[in-house]
Order: sequence, then C-alpha cells, then structure tokens
Amino acid sequence: MSSTRRRFLQAGASGGVALLMVASGLSPSFVLAASDNPLAPGDDRKPFEAMTLDEVVKQLGGDKAEASTEIELRAPEIAENGAVVPIEITSKLPGTKMIAIVSEKNPHALSAAFRIPADTEAFVSTRVKVAETSKVFALVQTDKGFFYTDHLVKVTLGGCGG
Amino acid sequence: MSDPMRIRASMMGDVVNVKVLMGHPMETGLRKDGSGVQVPAHYIKTIKVSCNEKDVLSADWGPAVSKNPFLEFRFKGAKAGDKVIITWSDTAGDSRSDEATIK
Repeated sequence: MSSTRRRFLQAGASGGVALLMVASGLSPSFVLAASDNPLAPGDDRKPFEAMTLDEVVKQLGGDKAEASTEIELRAPEIAENGAVVPIEITSKLPGTKMIAIVSEKNPHALSAAFRIPADTEAFVSTRVKVAETSKVFALVQTDKGFFYTDHLVKVTLGGCGG
Repeated sequence: MSDPMRIRASMMGDVVNVKVLMGHPMETGLRKDGSGVQVPAHYIKTIKVSCNEKDVLSADWGPAVSKNPFLEFRFKGAKAGDKVIITWSDTAGDSRSDEATIK
C-alpha cells in the first residue's frame, strides 16, 4: 500500500498532474492533440478523413452543400463538456436519405453519418465530441443533392459554464 | 467484454421510437492513460438496425461519437410485439447484437 502511494507521489512530482487529469476524464485529451490524429488502423473510410464540410460532401459523392432552413439542428449553445454534446437533427427536406454530423474543428470533420430508408423518419438524436468552440453542421443528402444548417456550440472546458 | 445494449422501442402513434445506449469506450486514439501511454483508437464503425427483416437505419461512425453512445431514431411500418435488432461493429473487429420488443 505504501509503495502504491509512493509511486503515486512520484507520478505527481514528475509533472504527471496533467496526465492524472486526463486519466480522470476531466480534460478530454482529443482536444490537446488536435493535430496528428490517425484513424484506427484499418479504418480507411475516406469521408472520415475529410477536414471540412466541403471535403465531406465531395467524399460522399456530392459537389457542394447548400444552406437550408428545412433542417432543424438542436444542440446546446454552451457545452460544458465537449466530450458529450447532445445533437438532434430533423430534416423536413423531401427524400432525405442521409443525415450527417460535421464539426470542422475536430481532428476529423465527419462525426457520424446515418442512412435513412424510406420508412424511417428523417430524425436522429445522439451525442458527439466537439473539440473546441465551433459551428456544428447538420448535413443532409436528398435526391436533389446536399444541404446543411449549422449551430455554434461554445465549448467551455473549464466547466464554469461562463 | 461488451455490455448488452439498453434498448427501448415504443409506439408513438404509428411510429416506433427507439432509444439505445451502448457500452463502448469510443477511444479516439489521441488520449493518453495515467502513465502517459497513448490509448489505441477503439470505436464503433458501423451500426445496423433491422425490424421484421427490413433495414430501418444504418450508420457509419467515427471516433467523435461520445463514449457509451446514445442513439434515438424513429421509423414506421412496425407494431407492438415486433422485434428491433441492433448490431454494432468496431475497429477491433468486435461486434454485438441486441434486440428489444416494441412496446
């Protein structure tokens, strides 16, 4: 028991405080390392390598996404924990066949893409990681092309909710 | 190693509302553990949902979906007593299927 304590103290003394914060989940470290960020080995899905909304659209076989008021994106104005940001998307566009969540300041822009068959409502609700304050895009594909709406999510890592 | 999904499927008029909680670390590959060692990426890549042998939703996920993922969606063409089957597969080659009866 005392040796465990000693190791703990050594870890703290050797500048391990930040690491301990990471370990305890206080600071999601995907925020810290936003530059060099490989996908898992064997994950070669091109849309997930894209860095911007435009690139995501191109990788999904489109040209450019148009802004649309027929897409509703519900997300918090302020996310106290960027690791868990609730996102709810409803598309009123006819023929919606795909709904995706895109955050351009994340290591990879595309968070998730949902294929919506004809009998499924154009609605999804989930929770994603948002690395830093940025616009989150709801990207929708219909028979007529790609459309989006966006919502600014402020990520306050300090957790003071300012 | 993976925990069963918690699935609730309920009728809302003629629409089935499905809520799912999955147990998965959704590691991005960017996090370091307490001893400074990079934790390898490990996240769910695909989700498939079927009901009465028909696909009702499928999804491609990257590492940016939150740990222990939550998902809610709605579909038509099923009734109380039918089964919703949800399957995920992850970057480690693991997969898991769970089902729930529509209430």
